[in-house]
Amino acid sequence: MTAMLTRILTVVATVLLAAPAWALQQPPPPKGEFVPIEQLPPGDQLPSAPLLVAAYAFVWLAVMVYLWTIWRRLNKVEAEMHALEHRRAGSGR
Amino acid sequence: MKRVFLPVLAVAAAMFAFAPIYIANAPFEASMGLVSKIFYFHVPSWFAMFAAIFISGISSAIYLFKGRAWADRLGVAGAEVAVLFGSMGLVTGPLWGRKSWGVWWPWDARVTIALLLELTFIAYLLVRKFGGPGSEKLAAALSIFGMFNVPFLYMSVNIWRTIHPPTTVIPTLPSGMPGPFWLSVAAFLTLCALLLTLRSGLEHQRAALDALYLEDE
Repeated sequence: MTAMLTRILTVVATVLLAAPAWALQQPPPPKGEFVPIEQLPPGDQLPSAPLLVAAYAFVWLAVMVYLWTIWRRLNKVEAEMHALEHRRAGSGR
Repeated sequence: MKRVFLPVLAVAAAMFAFAPIYIANAPFEASMGLVSKIFYFHVPSWFAMFAAIFISGISSAIYLFKGRAWADRLGVAGAEVAVLFGSMGLVTGPLWGRKSWGVWWPWDARVTIALLLELTFIAYLLVRKFGGPGSEKLAAALSIFGMFNVPFLYMSVNIWRTIHPPTTVIPTLPSGMPGPFWLSVAAFLTLCALLLTLRSGLEHQRAALDALYLEDE
């Protein structure tokens, strides 16, 4: 029991003695909050060109796909109209 | 309408052919470099979306309160074109943001309201497609609601703290940038007008087909 108490007191005393030294230790220099992109390591730098090309390509692709869907829907409606007119002409209306 | 359509199409084609050359020769933004050129497509796509939303919202109000069929056709055309231009803004924005801010999507007020606006008009189209009889009026109300969100989206960068630049950026663009920018805006608005004409033409044809079916019965 006495040995256990001695060990605990030793640990507490060590912590108490070390604490001021620990607290007074100089903090590590803070990491810069802003690092210019040119100073980043090459692995962290994102190339601009693929992002720019992807953005422009998406805009063009979206317009083309949308035009194609309008054209397809318009063709479908017109085909249906022609079929209906033929049916009506056939039945003599 | 057909007499106006072809010259406008020619003008739009010329603007879109010339814009890349003009944009390529525009000066680079100092801190962002090459990727800042997304600006010339990103911002005009939002302008075109706003135009389509106002056309859809005003037409929807006319349809709701006056019952005009042409207004409903223009309302649905505006909503669909708004979704198209909104998707351009929502895709090109993160591609620019990833390089400039280091994140794809910052969840600030501007991007969140933009996403909600896009979802509002997707909801409009879904209600019209799957809502059954009477869904036109419900969708029209949704379009008016969406239209009133546009000023919040535009002013969000001035009201809340976001990483987007404020609205004062465009009037204070450095020399060499306003020319290509306003050319892009004009090209996008012309494209928006052309797509609206085509899309409302499709609705007109559908209405004619419905009338034929009704006559046939």
